[in-house]
Amino acid sequence: MLAFITRRIIQSILVMLVISLVGFSIQHQIGDPVRDLVGERVTPAEREVIRDKLGLNDPFYIQYFRFVAKACRGDLGLSFFYKKPAMDVILSKAPATIELVIVTSVILILVSIPIGIYSAIYPKSWVSRIAIAASTIGVAVPVFLTAIALIYLFSVELNWLPSYGRGETVTVWGFWETGFLTVDGWLHLLLPAVSLSSIMLPLFIRLIRAEMMEVLETDYIKYAWAKGLERKRVWLVHAFKNTLLPVITVFGVQLGIMFAFTILTETVFQWQGMGFMFLEAVERSDTSLLVAYLVFVGVIFVVVNTLVDILYGVVNPMVRIAGTK
Amino acid sequence: MKKLVTIFMASMLVLGLAGFAQSKVLKVALDAGPVSQDPQVQLSGGMLQYSHWVFDPLVRYRQDMTFEPRLAVKWERINDLTMRFHLRKGVKFHSGNPFTAADVKFTFERFYKSQDFKGLFEPFESCTVVDDHTVDIKTKKPYALLINMATYIFPMDHKFYSGTDDTGQPKDAVVKIGPSFALKNESGTGRFRVVEWEQGARYVFERFADHWDKDSPGNVSKIIITPIKEDATRVAALLSGDVDFISPVPPQDFGRIEKDPKVNLFTYSGGRIITIQMNQQRRPEFRDVRVRQAMVHAVNNVGIVEKIMKGTATAAAQQSPKGYMGHKESLKPRFDLNKAKALMKEAGLEKGFECTMIAPNNRYVNDEKIAEAVVPMLARINIKVSLKTMPKAQYWDEFDARVADLQLIGWHSDTEDSGNFSEFLMMCPNKETGYGQYNSGNYCNPKIDELTMAAQVETDLKKRKDILQEIEQILYDDAAFIPFHWQNHSYGARKGVEVAPIINTMNFPYLGDLVVK
Repeated sequence: MLAFITRRIIQSILVMLVISLVGFSIQHQIGDPVRDLVGERVTPAEREVIRDKLGLNDPFYIQYFRFVAKACRGDLGLSFFYKKPAMDVILSKAPATIELVIVTSVILILVSIPIGIYSAIYPKSWVSRIAIAASTIGVAVPVFLTAIALIYLFSVELNWLPSYGRGETVTVWGFWETGFLTVDGWLHLLLPAVSLSSIMLPLFIRLIRAEMMEVLETDYIKYAWAKGLERKRVWLVHAFKNTLLPVITVFGVQLGIMFAFTILTETVFQWQGMGFMFLEAVERSDTSLLVAYLVFVGVIFVVVNTLVDILYGVVNPMVRIAGTK
Repeated sequence: MKKLVTIFMASMLVLGLAGFAQSKVLKVALDAGPVSQDPQVQLSGGMLQYSHWVFDPLVRYRQDMTFEPRLAVKWERINDLTMRFHLRKGVKFHSGNPFTAADVKFTFERFYKSQDFKGLFEPFESCTVVDDHTVDIKTKKPYALLINMATYIFPMDHKFYSGTDDTGQPKDAVVKIGPSFALKNESGTGRFRVVEWEQGARYVFERFADHWDKDSPGNVSKIIITPIKEDATRVAALLSGDVDFISPVPPQDFGRIEKDPKVNLFTYSGGRIITIQMNQQRRPEFRDVRVRQAMVHAVNNVGIVEKIMKGTATAAAQQSPKGYMGHKESLKPRFDLNKAKALMKEAGLEKGFECTMIAPNNRYVNDEKIAEAVVPMLARINIKVSLKTMPKAQYWDEFDARVADLQLIGWHSDTEDSGNFSEFLMMCPNKETGYGQYNSGNYCNPKIDELTMAAQVETDLKKRKDILQEIEQILYDDAAFIPFHWQNHSYGARKGVEVAPIINTMNFPYLGDLVVK
């Protein structure tokens, strides 16, 4: 067991090195951060002075080793634009993104499960047909279009909901700025969360429907019918429980993709989260912030995956044995 | 009678109190926010806008481009090199310190610590304190634009910025990257002071009660600025009433804002000229004036203004916009396809040639679309252009490396004077003097160099005007570049926000003088 865990940890360190190397090499392709720091009229000689000061003129491997050495001590460098440690910037933007993802997940669960189950049970009803047709369209429409359409309908035309930003936030625990505690914050959350969920909803409705239909054909369900069990009990307890397993697995994977989609959603809604910060950093060539973000997200994914793998190993000894040969 | 007076006084008091209690909050959405509280850390439009809100310059431009006294009440030339500024008395900084000549000297000398400003102030020699409210500013050579440059001097509170901060760094340090005192603290004399500063996310300014300008009609008590980068979201925020004022307005939404009765659209002609430079070093064909003329005649810039810019720009045939000294009224846009074809034939290039072109795609209004429109226009005279567009973060390095035969560049004169265009765009590139730094076409005409240098030192305005107009005429005849248009600045505001009087060619909306009903 110990050998297994050690191996997993060494592997994840290697993965992190690769992520940081890739991140670090693309930053040189994005553009010159010094250009964004100075006005357009500044002479090349003056820009060279700044580049020297920032160490941008050193050979690549020196810059990379300096970066890795610092990163090991938790220092991911200063953001050129925010003029603060990149890690602080990321942490201050994280709550906004996490809250958006939480609300989106809740919407996903509350909407996709009932519709998925219903359309599996009554595949021919017109409600199911509409739901399936709508989800086909939903897959095809890009999220920024959904977002802009929602803004025009609910903010500009109907004037029911605010069009941008997070609204009134309250700071809890000293660092977490939350929009959950104010009415204004909730109103601001609604449109971004709905647009973000619009990408995932079709997938989950179809997944639940397909899984449920498959389960409904199995022998044990037929046996349950034969036993004369109540219909609700057969659907919701016997069938749905078994539908859920693959759905949860997919949900875990999709959660990561959802974080990626926050980049577009947050940009349209001027939502001050990590995704928005990322896109702005690309435009400003704030390369140190970019790399820090890549490493930060990389760490989260690697840690989660490693934990899951280790847990798998605990639960299922076959993984361990297969690994050691 | 006495009773009447009492009633009158009482009602005045009530009215006065009511007026006082009525706070006017202006919510503003811009495409980007200021990058620092330090007005000298970056020379950019956004930072100058901020400087006009939180600081006051010695003088500023009016709408007709004349100079309006701000912290300087009077100025006079005492000799060829020196101008004497008489400073306003009784002015207070946000910190409470009184404003004196020492602050002007401090601010002037701090320019030379800033990479962005030191070039601009290179022609200057010194700033000397004469007495508490008089300074002499001296240049190395006679310099016609001395007073123009005074619009950049936003006096900073020298007492407030002296000493060292918690980290031991001097408080007056100009720091591009990393923390500094001036990044997070300000003490200017401006109408507004900073109360909240969340870089790139939210900026809150509050009215400064002790501001010297009591005659200004401005009545905004608080400004909340939120940068909204997405054009569609910014417009939606205005239309839905979430904000009161936006800038810029994307051309495709002009119609929508004009139609909506709840909001108003304002535009103001700007001074930024959009051009394409033809690299004569890379392409021998471009050395032939007939070819360059043919290209200028083949480009329908009036059509581009109508179709792509939706009329929100002014088609150009020269560098200087109207109102500038060098603007020559007789120079008109010259789209004429037949003439273009004839010129190509004359040059023996009827069959045309192939060339490359680069343009930015997020620097100027519709820059990518303009570049894309040029390709088929030049194809009509058989010049096949392969175009590459890229974001500004990558563009300027490519531009400097002169990687393409045709390169698009927009230019706004820092001095609001015609000479600046030629100094950077048209003079022979010279690494030592820095002139022609952005002349990627390598157009080099000694006559232009000579005239541009003469204009710098000519303090007789009539003669200077003739020189600057002669430059435009030569460039026009030489077809030194392909002119497009001067971009307009655009603003959207809800009804009752009286934007028209506070906007200008420089795109510095003077929010301190804004009246909101």
